[in-house]
Amino acid sequence: MPNFSTNEFKPGLKVMMDNEPCSILENEYVKPGKGQAFNRVKLRNLRSGRVLEKTFKSGDSLEGADVLDIDLEYSYTDGEFWHFMDPNTFEQHAADKAAIADAEKWLKEQEKYEVTLFNGAPLVVTPPNFIELEITETDPGLKGDTAQGGSKPATLTTGAVVRVPLFLSEGEIIRIDTRSGEYVSRASKT
Amino acid sequence: MEVDTPALGQYAITDPNIELFEVSMGDSSRFLQSSPEYAMKRLLAFGSGDIYQLGKVFRSGEHGRKHNPEFAMLEWYRTQWTHYRLMREVADLICPILNLDSWQVWSIEALFDHFCQINPHDASIEQLQARALELGVEPVGDLEKLDYVDLLMTHVVEPGITDWGLVFVTDFLMEQAALSRLIDRGDKVVAARFEAFVGGVELANGYWEELNPETLRQRFESDNAVRRQRGQATRDIDPRFMHAMNAGLPDCSGVALGFDRLLMLAQGHTDMSTILPFTWSQA
Repeated sequence: MPNFSTNEFKPGLKVMMDNEPCSILENEYVKPGKGQAFNRVKLRNLRSGRVLEKTFKSGDSLEGADVLDIDLEYSYTDGEFWHFMDPNTFEQHAADKAAIADAEKWLKEQEKYEVTLFNGAPLVVTPPNFIELEITETDPGLKGDTAQGGSKPATLTTGAVVRVPLFLSEGEIIRIDTRSGEYVSRASKT
Repeated sequence: MEVDTPALGQYAITDPNIELFEVSMGDSSRFLQSSPEYAMKRLLAFGSGDIYQLGKVFRSGEHGRKHNPEFAMLEWYRTQWTHYRLMREVADLICPILNLDSWQVWSIEALFDHFCQINPHDASIEQLQARALELGVEPVGDLEKLDYVDLLMTHVVEPGITDWGLVFVTDFLMEQAALSRLIDRGDKVVAARFEAFVGGVELANGYWEELNPETLRQRFESDNAVRRQRGQATRDIDPRFMHAMNAGLPDCSGVALGFDRLLMLAQGHTDMSTILPFTWSQA
């Protein structure tokens, strides 16, 4: 992997910091008129999601991280690994529990997920912003209660539990915002 | 008297923390000047009297929210003045423009005591490093002692004095003297240098000038030693400048003020790109 100097640090650049793959969030140049120039850099550890702040002497460099974001289709889980397939090459990738993390409750077969590969292995699995899932369990719907507020819990095929309006019933497909975990709308049945 | 010195000079300053743009001219090259200091001192040595210059200066690689690689510098010299008197004049210039009604002077030692509880003159590199970590500043790689002082200054002190109005920092470490003279304070020797800060932004840097050509030559040579150690190109010492220093610089103080930063602050901004009609990436 090539090295990147502090003046090449741009938001989104993937670099190795303390042996961990990180993405650069911010890079601020600070320098006394007479004195050492520094770059104050905010980085996100791609594995843990933690944000760290480090200061580099300007001109120092970091090794680039072999990180690649690709779209893969979710296939199945064997309990230990979650298997994804590249729809173009049919290549298989197995993600472990740490890589799946919170995405587990939004996993749907044949759906496409953005998978961050680090040295060829899945590091992070990011669900699409919106996903359509079926309600498997909820209290019976209340007719005529479409406009009023009020919500109830509903369990989805993936096991996720979301708050939905009172008028929805089991078997219906709903659209969820995976970033907030909130109900968006009723989806048309396919 | 207003003067206009060359932007392209045959010599580059030795300061290891300032890199110049080298401009090629066939088989030779010249350097875009990072400040008119050397040329202005040649004029002073040959009897110009008090002089000022407002013009563009150039520093390679200095690009950020408060930096643009080319910027306007207002630099002036007062013969027979100390830097204390010059600080008053700088305050008289800055305060009305930025609507400030008072100003204060702090030694770097007092400021570091206030914000970092450490004495930068005596502290070891290990003590400075430990203090930086305790204050949440995590540098990567090997830093020298002066680097830690700069680190604490930029990361802790500058953000701490943003609402203090105009602050002069003075009595710098002797290793930070640059071209200023040294003063014996009894328990320590300090550099007769000041920096002016407003809103945590460094606006000006001034010296009670060192007059001894031999002292200056030694500082240039130690700059070059640092350059060699860091793998930077060394810089030839300008013989015409040395000739002028040998002829004799009158006792004087000088200051350089970042004109774009002053305009930025006058308009209430903290980002240089907001006042530049053409930012570095658009130039």
